[in-house]
Amino acid sequence: MNSFADIFELHNWDETKASIYAKTSYDVERALSADKRTSEDFKALISPAAAPYLEQMAQISQQLTLKRFGKIIQMYVPLYLSNECNNICTYCGFSYDNKVKRKTLTPMEIMQEVAVIKDMGYDHVLLVTGEANQTVHVDYFKKVLDLIRPHFAQISMEVQPLDLEDYQQLTPYGLNTVLVYQETYHQEDYKKHHPKGKKSNFQYRLETPDRLGQAGIHKMGLGVLIGLEDWRTDSFFTALHLNYLEKKYWQSKYSLSFPRLRPFSGGLEPKVEMNDRELVQLICAYRLFNQEVELSISTRESPNFRNNIIKLGITAISAGSKTNPGGYSVEPESLEQFEISDERSPQQIARVIAAQGYEAVWKDWDNSLAM
Amino acid sequence: MLEPGNIKAVNKNPMLKIADKIFTSRLFTGTGKFSSSTLMEDALLVSGSELVTVALKRVDVKNNEHDDLLIRLKYPHINLLPNTSGVRNAKEAIFAAQLAREALETNWIKLEIHPDPKYLMPDPIETLKATEELAKMGFIVLPYIHADPVLCKRLEDAGTAAVMPLGSPIGSNKGLRTIDFLEIIISQSNVPVIVDAGIGSPSDAAKALEIGADAVLVNTAIAVSANPVQMAIAFKLAVEAGRMAFEAKLALPVTHAVASSPLTSFLDE
Repeated sequence: MNSFADIFELHNWDETKASIYAKTSYDVERALSADKRTSEDFKALISPAAAPYLEQMAQISQQLTLKRFGKIIQMYVPLYLSNECNNICTYCGFSYDNKVKRKTLTPMEIMQEVAVIKDMGYDHVLLVTGEANQTVHVDYFKKVLDLIRPHFAQISMEVQPLDLEDYQQLTPYGLNTVLVYQETYHQEDYKKHHPKGKKSNFQYRLETPDRLGQAGIHKMGLGVLIGLEDWRTDSFFTALHLNYLEKKYWQSKYSLSFPRLRPFSGGLEPKVEMNDRELVQLICAYRLFNQEVELSISTRESPNFRNNIIKLGITAISAGSKTNPGGYSVEPESLEQFEISDERSPQQIARVIAAQGYEAVWKDWDNSLAM
Repeated sequence: MLEPGNIKAVNKNPMLKIADKIFTSRLFTGTGKFSSSTLMEDALLVSGSELVTVALKRVDVKNNEHDDLLIRLKYPHINLLPNTSGVRNAKEAIFAAQLAREALETNWIKLEIHPDPKYLMPDPIETLKATEELAKMGFIVLPYIHADPVLCKRLEDAGTAAVMPLGSPIGSNKGLRTIDFLEIIISQSNVPVIVDAGIGSPSDAAKALEIGADAVLVNTAIAVSANPVQMAIAFKLAVEAGRMAFEAKLALPVTHAVASSPLTSFLDE
């Protein structure tokens, strides 16, 4: 199969990293003034050499985002269905070796959670699970989609990577978007962080967006978990992946996320820290590189950071999130995947968005439009 | 003799007719990208626009009496033009049009079929197919298309109520990059020509009307400006000025030099 793996193989991690760190202020200025920016320009914009140009990058990022998306921010919220997981991931609260009570929501419990989420005003929900193929499988997803479809205009999913046939089966059930983060494109380190379970198969995960494209998914989300490896190099590979996908699966939309590793019970300390300035640099670099991609920010980030990032290039934000199955009403005290940083309610966030001169948009899709 | 400043005396400005509706304003508008729905309402009101497009995906079609955006468009002079933005083929577009007709009680539909979500390029093949079907079903179809003169004629044959060729890529604010094709379309069209997409400034809108476009549809340039209300007024005036200039017949630009040694002077000898 032709897939991103063919392109990935052509890029060596260490050489790529070295080329990013070798970028100079000349390269950055060239990238800033370019009309169409290349992947080399993107390298310059994420390089340490771009740090002094942050304000300029933010100004351009804001203008480009306004032009494409207008003064709106889309609202979404996660619904954790299950924390069962057969994978060992060194950074995740749901890791198989983390001795916690496991739970997968029943249909009745799901509807209890849905009621709370609807009361919060949401029309776009992101379904999240671990990877437990014996209980949380395609048939389970079909049942869940059937159950919740009448209640949401848009349904996204962040679950284990599935086969092409699975995605083909799920899209008629109203599945609009699938998020699948590579975690890291550093193949050797990926193995260290995922020593056991189906997730340890780097290649299968790497080719998941290809399968989504072939299944004709409306939107897919990419990203890496920032903190596992050098974020600049990982972000370059993300951009490379995005570029490849956009050209090949031109009927799909794309979104990017940039989750920073958060503390959880018994968890890993980030190997590489990324500070707030650097995260802003990355967000703006993505926007300067790609004017159409959606950029999403979660409750992993602090209130102050989220307040100020609204105008800088992002297009979607979550609020009031719970990262444990049953967290909204069924079992609020169960183990969460990670601690969130911003506890404010969706309505508070909507007011923050309005105060910045933007409008919080709760509905930007309609399930009945896709057939 | 005319009084100074009396523009009404010379502005006959014949009204625009699309299907069975008469429009006094040739500025059509969109509802996306505004920083708040109150600001949208204000801008659309001062624009004088009588045809306002709404993305079906943005509104709660089923409970439309409670939809904040739709409530703000409830004025006797505003006609809703639901659009199918987000659909990828004719089949989905037809379904969306039916949904809109049922929920919003209008048989007007702005056909937007762009399978390419990056540049939002309209699909000419699916658009033609959908127009044929929808026209048969009694819809008033306004398709968003490339500035393709042959496609416009084919859409006319299919029963379209108007054509909406793009001036430049949607949201790009680049103005009338397709002007050569727009002029051909305008010269041979039997249905109203509405320039949609790419109009970035009032001067672009004026230019479109000057070359004979029947109307323009503007969204991004108003919604994203620092002062949408003021920008809406600027567009209103520009559209009126452009139409007036068209009616008054513009003096043709002189594109050739007058030679100092004429080539044909020997004929006079």
